[in-house]
Amino acid sequence: MENKKPIKWILYTAALFLIVLLTGIICLSIGPTSISFRNIMEAFKTGKNSVNYDIIFDLRLPRIILGFAVGGSLSLAGVILQGMFKNPLVEPYTLGISGGGALGVCLGIVFKLTSLIGSFALPICGFLGSILVILLVYSLSVKKGILKIQGLLLTGVMISFISSSLIMLIMAVSNAANLQGIIFWTMGSLEQPHWILIKTMLFVSILGLFISYFFSINLNAFSLGEEEAHHLGIDTEKTKKILFVLSSLLTGVAVSVSGIIGFVGLAVPHFMRRVVGTDHRILLVSSFLAGAGFLIICDTIARTIIAPMELPVGVITGIVGGSLFVYFLSKKIS
Amino acid sequence: MEKNLLEINNLTCGYGNKIILKNIDFIINTGEMISIVGPNGSGKTTLIRAITKLIKPYNGKILFEKKDIWGMSYKELSQKIAVVSQQIESINMDVEEFVLLGRVPYYKKFQFIESEKDINIAQKCMELTDTLKLKDHSMEEMSGGEKQLVFIAKALAQEPKLLLLDEPTSHLDITHQIKILDLIKRLNKEFHLTVIMVLHDLNLAGEYSEKIAMFHQGTIYKIGSPEEVLHYQIIEEVYKTIVVVEKNPISKKPFVLVIPEELRMKK
Repeated sequence: MENKKPIKWILYTAALFLIVLLTGIICLSIGPTSISFRNIMEAFKTGKNSVNYDIIFDLRLPRIILGFAVGGSLSLAGVILQGMFKNPLVEPYTLGISGGGALGVCLGIVFKLTSLIGSFALPICGFLGSILVILLVYSLSVKKGILKIQGLLLTGVMISFISSSLIMLIMAVSNAANLQGIIFWTMGSLEQPHWILIKTMLFVSILGLFISYFFSINLNAFSLGEEEAHHLGIDTEKTKKILFVLSSLLTGVAVSVSGIIGFVGLAVPHFMRRVVGTDHRILLVSSFLAGAGFLIICDTIARTIIAPMELPVGVITGIVGGSLFVYFLSKKIS
Repeated sequence: MEKNLLEINNLTCGYGNKIILKNIDFIINTGEMISIVGPNGSGKTTLIRAITKLIKPYNGKILFEKKDIWGMSYKELSQKIAVVSQQIESINMDVEEFVLLGRVPYYKKFQFIESEKDINIAQKCMELTDTLKLKDHSMEEMSGGEKQLVFIAKALAQEPKLLLLDEPTSHLDITHQIKILDLIKRLNKEFHLTVIMVLHDLNLAGEYSEKIAMFHQGTIYKIGSPEEVLHYQIIEEVYKTIVVVEKNPISKKPFVLVIPEELRMKK
C-alpha cells in the first residue's frame, strides 16, 4: 500500500508558502503611498537613493518580516500548547507569559529605562518579565520531577490575572504620556525600529519550527492523552518540559519585540486543523505559515485603515480573527 | 522460546504515601492468558501501571524476559508490552491514522513518515480485528464496540509480546463483550500472544481465561484455575457479598450468581 500523505503535505506546504510570499509582496505595495509591483522591482534594481526604496526597505519590509516571524511563532506556540494540553482553547498567552512580558515593559516605561539604557530597554524588560513568569509557572507546576499539566494551566491563568491587575494599577497612577505607550504596547505593534531584533525574532521563529518538528510524532501521540503516549514509548516528561520551554520562549521573544498580539495563537491553529487535519507533522508547518500570512495581512490593515494614523495590530487580529472564528464555528453547527 | 515472560518479585507500589499493592509475587509464562479480578480499589489497574513503568515501585522488581523493566527505555518497553486502556477519550482522527500510532515505538530517530512496512502491519492488524472496513472513518463515529476493536488493533500494531487490557468489555453489550473476548482468545491461541486482562465480570473471566488472579486489598488473595478461584467462599470473603456458584451447562466453567436482598432476608 502506498503512502500518499507526504505528497499531500508537501503540496499544502508549498501552496501556503506561495500564498504567504504573494501576501508579502502585495502588502509591500499597499500603504499611504501605494507602490506598484513594477516600481517595487525597480526600487530593488536601482537600489538606494529613491523614495520608494526607503519606504519599502525602511518602513514596510521590516514590518512584513516581523509579521511573518511573530505570526508564525505565536501560531506555532498555540499548536504546541493545544496539542500538549489536549485543549483547543489554550493559547500562548494562557500561561501568563504575555502578562509577565507586559508587566516588565510597563515597569520599563514607568521607570523611564529607555532614557537610561537606550531603546533596547523595553524589549529587554519584556523578555525578562516573560522569563520570570516561565520560571515561576514551571517551578510551581513541577512536583517530584513530574510536570503537572493541569497545574501549569491554572498557575498560568492566575499569573495572567495578577499581572494584568498590576498593569491596571500602573496605568491608573501613570501620566498621559506613559499611558499612551503602555496602551499601544499592550495592544501589540509590529513597528520595530531595530533590525537586529527583527532578525533575532526571525531566527528564533524558524529555529522553533525546526525543533518542534522533531516532536511532531510525540504530539500526535499526546493527542490520545499523556498515559497513552507513555504506552507508545514516548518519554512524556521530557517531551512536556521541552515543549513548554520552547513554546514559552517563542511567546516570550514575540511579546518582547511586538507587544501582545492576541488571537493569532488561538484562531489560526484551529482553522488549520480544519483544513489540513490533526496530524502535527503537517499542522506545525501549516499553522506557522498561516499565522505568518494572517499577521502580515492584519498589520497591513492596521497601518492603512485610518492612515496616516495607525491602529494597534492586536485590535485587528482580535476583530478579524474573532469574526472569522465565530463564522466558522456557526457554519460547523448548522 | 523463553518460558518465563514476566516476573514480578515482591512488588510494593502506590501513589505518594498511599501504598496500593503490597509484596506482590507473580509469574506469567509465554502464551498464557490470565485474568485479574477483584473489587474496586484492590489494585488491579495499579498493577498494569506498574508493569508499564507509569509508576515506580517502592520496593521489588518487575522483570520482562529476565530484564528489569526499569533498565529498559520507554521505547524498548513499548515494543514489547502494549496496553488497551480503560479510558476512551474523544479522538479526532481517522481509524487508520489511529492504528498507525501503534507504530510510533518503531520510529527511528529522524524518521517522520511511516514506512511501507508500518502501513502494511497496521493494515494487517485492522484485518485481524475486523476493522479494515472502518479505515477511513473518523474515530468519533465509532460505536463503543468498534472503538474497542480499533484500540486492540492499535495495540497489536505495536507487535507486542505481552498484551495488557484494562477492562476491555466494560460499557459493552454482550454481543460486543463476546466479540472482543473471542478475538483476544484467538490472538492468544493462534499467535501465542501472552495476555493479561483486568476484568470486572467474574463469569467472563471464568469462561475465557486459564488462570485467574483474585486481588484483594493490594495483595493476590488467590491465583489458579477458574474452578479454584471462583469458589463461593473466596468470592464472599473478598467481595463481602453472598453468591452461589454453579456450572455453565455447556462449558462446565464456574458461573457466579448473585442473590437480591429480599431473598437473602427470607433465607
